[in-house]
Order: sequence, then C-alpha cells, then structure tokens
Amino acid sequence: MTDHLLKPTRRVLLGGAAAALASPLVLRRAQAQGAFDWKKFSGQSIDVLLVKNPRSDLMQQAEKEFTELTGIKVSSEQVPEQQQRQKAVIEFASGKPSFDVSGISLHVQKRMAAKGKWFENLEPFIKNAALTAPDFDFADFGAGPVAYARQADGSLDTLPFFVDYWIIYYNKELFDAKGVAYPKTMDEMFTVAQKLHDPAKGIAGFVSRGLKNANVPVWTSLMLGQGMETVSPEGKLLTDTPEAVWAGELYKKLNKETGPVGSVGFNWNECQTTFMQGRAAMWLDGVGFATPLEDPSKSRIVGKVGYGVTPPGPKAHHAGMFADGMGISRGSSKKEAAWLYLQFMTNKKNQIAMLKSGAGAPGRSSAYLDTETIQASKFGKQYFDCLLASAKIARAGLPQIVPVTEFRDVFGVALTNMIGGADVAGELKKATETFAPVLAKSEQG
Amino acid sequence: MPRVEPGHDGPERMTSTSLPARLSSAAPVSAAATSQDFTPRYWLFSLPAVLVIAAVIVFPWLFTLYMSTQDWKIGGGAEFVGLGNFAELAQDARFLESIWHTVYFTVLAVVLPIVFGTAAALVFHREFPARGLLRTVFVMPMMATPVAVALVWTMMFHPQLGVLNYLLSLVGIPPQGWVYDPGTVIPTLVMVEVWHWTPLVMLIVLGGLAGLPREPYESALIDGANDWHMFRHITLPLVWPFVMVAIVIRTIDALKAFDTIFVITQGGPGTASETLNIFLYLQAFQFYKIGYASAVVVIFFVIIIMLSLLLLYARQKSKWNT
Repeated sequence: MTDHLLKPTRRVLLGGAAAALASPLVLRRAQAQGAFDWKKFSGQSIDVLLVKNPRSDLMQQAEKEFTELTGIKVSSEQVPEQQQRQKAVIEFASGKPSFDVSGISLHVQKRMAAKGKWFENLEPFIKNAALTAPDFDFADFGAGPVAYARQADGSLDTLPFFVDYWIIYYNKELFDAKGVAYPKTMDEMFTVAQKLHDPAKGIAGFVSRGLKNANVPVWTSLMLGQGMETVSPEGKLLTDTPEAVWAGELYKKLNKETGPVGSVGFNWNECQTTFMQGRAAMWLDGVGFATPLEDPSKSRIVGKVGYGVTPPGPKAHHAGMFADGMGISRGSSKKEAAWLYLQFMTNKKNQIAMLKSGAGAPGRSSAYLDTETIQASKFGKQYFDCLLASAKIARAGLPQIVPVTEFRDVFGVALTNMIGGADVAGELKKATETFAPVLAKSEQG
Repeated sequence: MPRVEPGHDGPERMTSTSLPARLSSAAPVSAAATSQDFTPRYWLFSLPAVLVIAAVIVFPWLFTLYMSTQDWKIGGGAEFVGLGNFAELAQDARFLESIWHTVYFTVLAVVLPIVFGTAAALVFHREFPARGLLRTVFVMPMMATPVAVALVWTMMFHPQLGVLNYLLSLVGIPPQGWVYDPGTVIPTLVMVEVWHWTPLVMLIVLGGLAGLPREPYESALIDGANDWHMFRHITLPLVWPFVMVAIVIRTIDALKAFDTIFVITQGGPGTASETLNIFLYLQAFQFYKIGYASAVVVIFFVIIIMLSLLLLYARQKSKWNT
C-alpha cells in the first residue's frame, strides 16, 4: 500500500484521478441522501386520480423516476375532465376514496372540497423537515396561485401546480393588414374587432365561447374590468349589477356583431379551430390552449400569433385566473408516501418540463425565469412576457362557491340567449333570480 | 313438419305448430303421478332468478322511488320532502321544455328512418346489378360507434370550416347554422339519427319482405292490379308487423338517445336540444341533485310505460291473424 503511494503505477494514478473526479458527485449525493431520505416509505404503493390532459401525461412519464428515487409504486389513471370530477365527488362522498392523491379544478371544486373535507391540510407536511426535501422550496409557488388554492379557513389542501390565465390571442397578420393596433381597453376590443371583422372574406373580428356553461368565464373575465367578481366576499350575487350588465353588453356585442356565424354553440375547441385557421382576428381564452397554434401540422398562422394581456376595463385591470391543484385524500392510509409523490411531481424540474413542453403554465415562479427554456421555446418572448404580466394582475375568474357548475349552467343559458339577441339586463335579472335560491341553499347545507 | 303459409297465420303460428307433435310423442303419465303436486319443490329452482331480478330490477326501482321523495344532494344530508320534487318539476320550465324536445326529437327520429328504411327495403328487395354490394354499403353507418359518428358530424357541421356548408356553397346556397342554430338544432340531430339508423329499419323490413308469399301477387296481377295497388293492399299489410317491430325498436332508441346529442351539442345552443336524458344527466351528474333526478326518472318511466303499452297494443292489432 505504502509502495503504491510512494511509487504509483499508471493504473493507480488513473484510478485515483477517476476517484477524485467522481468524489464531488458522490459526496453531493451522499449529503443529499443524508439530508433527506426519499426511501423512507419504500415498498408502499399509492393510487392517483388524474384528469386526462398533457400535464397528466408528463406526470405518468415521471412515475418511473419517482419509483426509482423512493421505492414507492404508483398506480395512476387519467379520466376525462367531466368524468373525473364526477368520480372525485362520488368517491369522496363515500368516505373511502380508492385513490391517495387526486387532482381537482380549483375554479370548480375548491369550495366543494373544503365542505366535504376531501383533502388533508398540506401545511403540516410542508413544515415537517423529515417529510419535505430541503430543495422543495414551497416559497417558489406564486403568491397568486397559493392564495387561490388556500381555503377560507386558511388551510392549504392542494398544491396549485397549474395556472391558466385568460389572455387575448391575436392574428398579427390581420392586424398589420388593416393597420390596427392591439386594443388598449376593453371598450377598444370591440372597436378593433369591428375594424377587423370581414364576413365577406370569412374573417371574424373576435371569437369566444358561446356554448352554455363554457361561455361564463368570458363574461366574468370582462366583468373583472369593472374590478368586480360575480359573487361578493360576503356571498352576495353581483350578477345583475350595472357592472355585470356592462360586461354582458360587451360580451353580446363582441359575439353577436363581430363573432363568426354559429358562435352561440362554440366551446374552446371550435374557437381554437377558427382562430388557427386564420378565420378570427382575436380570441379571448386560457393561455393553456396555445400549443397547437404554433404547430405547423395543425395551424395556418404559425409565427403570426400575438399573445396579449387582457386589456384593462373601465375601473380595473385583471386577467381571469383558473387553476388546478393536487391534494392528499383525507381517507388515505399512505399520506406520507402520497406527500412524497406531490413533492416530486411539483418540483422545479417537473414544473419547467411542463412549461417546456407547452403543457401549461406552472404554479412555480422560477419556471418563468428559466432563460434556457424561454430561448428554446417555440412560443417566443411575447408569450412569456404575457404570462408574467397576466400573473401579476390575475384574479379568480369564477366565483368561489359550492354550486359553480349550476352557476355556469344558469348564467351560461342567459349569455347564449344574449347572443341570440335577448335583452342583457333582463336575462341577467332572470338568471340571478333563478340562481339565488340555489346559492342560498348551498350555503345552508 | 307441416308447411306453414305465412300469408295465413304468420310467425306466431309457426312456433306453435311443432309443439303438439312433441307432446303427442310423450310417454303416457300414470294417474298417481298426476295427482302428486310437485310445485313447492319447483319454487326452489326459480329462487336464483327471483333473487337476481329482485337485486338488479326491483330494488333499484324501489330505491329510486324512495330517493324521489328525498331532497338529497351528494355530499349533503337527505331530507324527506314527499312529493315536493314532483311539484317542483311541474313548475320547472326547463324540465317541461325538455319533455317537448324529447317528443319532437323522438317523433322525427322514428318517422323518418321508418319511411326511408321501408323505401330502401322495397328498393333492395328487387333484383338489380350489384345489389349485394350496395346493400353492404347502405348498412355501413349502422356499424359505426355512436360517439365516433357524433364527433365526425360535429366537424362537418362547423359553420365556417365544415364540409356541409362548403358543399352548399358550391350550389349557391348560403351557409346554415346546423347544430349551432337553436332553430335547426333538433332537425339536424335527427338527420344524424336518420343517417345512422335507417339501415336497421331497412334490414328489419327487408327480412319481412323476403318471407312474403308470391301467390297473392300472382292473383293480383291476374286481377289487373298495378304496382301501387299491390304495395298498398298486399305488401304493406303483410309487412306491417315487421314495420311495427322497427317502430318499437326505433322508439326505444330515440327515447334513450343521449350519446349523440351530448357529444354534438351538450343540449345547446342554450337549452335548445336539451332532452329529458340530458336534463336528467345534468341534475344527477353535474349538479348532484340525486333526489330531484330520481323524480325525473320516475316521470320518465311513467312516460315510457304509457308509450310501450300504446305500441304493444298497436303491434297486437297489426298481427296477421287479427
């Protein structure tokens, strides 16, 4: 041994050099393992209920890595959105859900989850150093998304891993051809749409959802321009106020006078198809629908899409916000293993992967500062600027009440009738009268 | 086996003709055996069937009836309201509107496929070149999955990008709203049903036509009847029991239609195509109002029972031996 050290051979020198090179890596891993034991719940298996979308695809792809890291097996299923919501409601109501982790749409199920005590409060897990990796960095989650996920009692029962801000997609080519600038106010949205509306050429100045239920976020996003949501913090309906009527009138004008024929039956997918075929100048919808617009196999407007922040209204400047969260079932017997899963799936690396693949806007702020991702992205700087600017002015796009679906149904019918020519104030008054008892009952029960 | 003339006694008679022969060949039974009553022992054999029927038919129905008297929303407590849900339904404009939509849709979705299917059966009953190939092509829509059919039609109905409006533009007709117009949504949905299910009617009626005797036609020709006379007074009366079977099947299908409507319009625009099934789905699986939805089911059941009795009576009247 001493001889080797004093008169090292070539083999010993090479071996020593390799060991020296590898030592920081080994040391770092050893330190990380020493600081946090990912294998603590090795051998357990958890069930996960996901909504069918590209973000869930990414999570399922990451499961193998998670299992290698933790030794925890994951059995996950993706269910289409509507059916997933039904499954979650029914299984949570049974008291013994078949899954340990579930994703929910916060804009639809947040209050329902709180009322039914679906999920564990995550804050004790976050604060527990034995259960939370030091590099998890919860503070990295945006203040807006976290506030949105937080329940009225202050508890945080889901991690807001995906946020959808409402923006205006616009066709730069059509704007340039008519020498029209991007609207500076919500009122200008209509005048700009009028200038660009050209039915003879099959071009609509504006397109948005007209289909009952799906159309409500369009109206509520416009109403945010009045600095007002549809239900006050005290639970009072503000849906027939002058501000609500103003938003309804704007919705009606935009869709009836500058929208494509048949927009009364359009959901987001019809709007998206119309826009990416170059048949609409502006489209107000969620930022999460951007991916196919820049796909040459699907879109005729690749490279011509502008991403604009929702313009300010008469009294305020907000972008409608919608979000998805993930939580641990209160009935789960493997809560700690489920928490490791949540940590891993929402870590910085996986949130950047979401942004990079165009699967949606992550809840973590650091993802938007990753210059490498931004430079490599097909969306360009304007898209990321729009995302960041929208995040700063984001406000809940739907009321935080239990019967959100009934709200969307009742006011959705009213909005559809408006596109058909019905009186805005009358429709909103009727819908408010219809929905008021439903809301009152939901607060009692 | 005695030969049966369908023109005289019909299919019911055919099934009964083989029975007496088998009975007559049975061994004579002793008087002691006939006097012994085995009935109580046989009851045991029916027990599994009774249990299954009780579990999958009787219990769900009784439970639905019970739930229709409750104000129960998933995730909340139940409260007995008696006939309150029914009283509320009677004043629910959307429910009443959905009944009208169901009737409108069902009548069109039964009558049109019956007329077109019967006409197609008469055409395909005749001999002409490539008849087999054309029959196969004609029945192909029936083989497609309803949801896939609905998705394809949705794309074709798109007001700006759909192929239907493009085809209309080629002949100078202005673009139509199709399912995106409250005024045309139900007739357009019926159009999909007609395309999808006319082949089924054609097959049923074609089966009936294939079994018709030749003798009445030969007699009619001798008496100087023309094609219309033979159709009106021979073909139609003889094939009518088969048409009735097609009407019963189509009525059941049209009443329970959900997938096509839900995929294409979700009951919209607004509530313009909201049938009872869509209304029921919304109440039960979107709003989770199980008590209210159960009351809808009970009313729907009563409507179906009344309609079934009417159709059974009509079918009974249409039998050959009456």
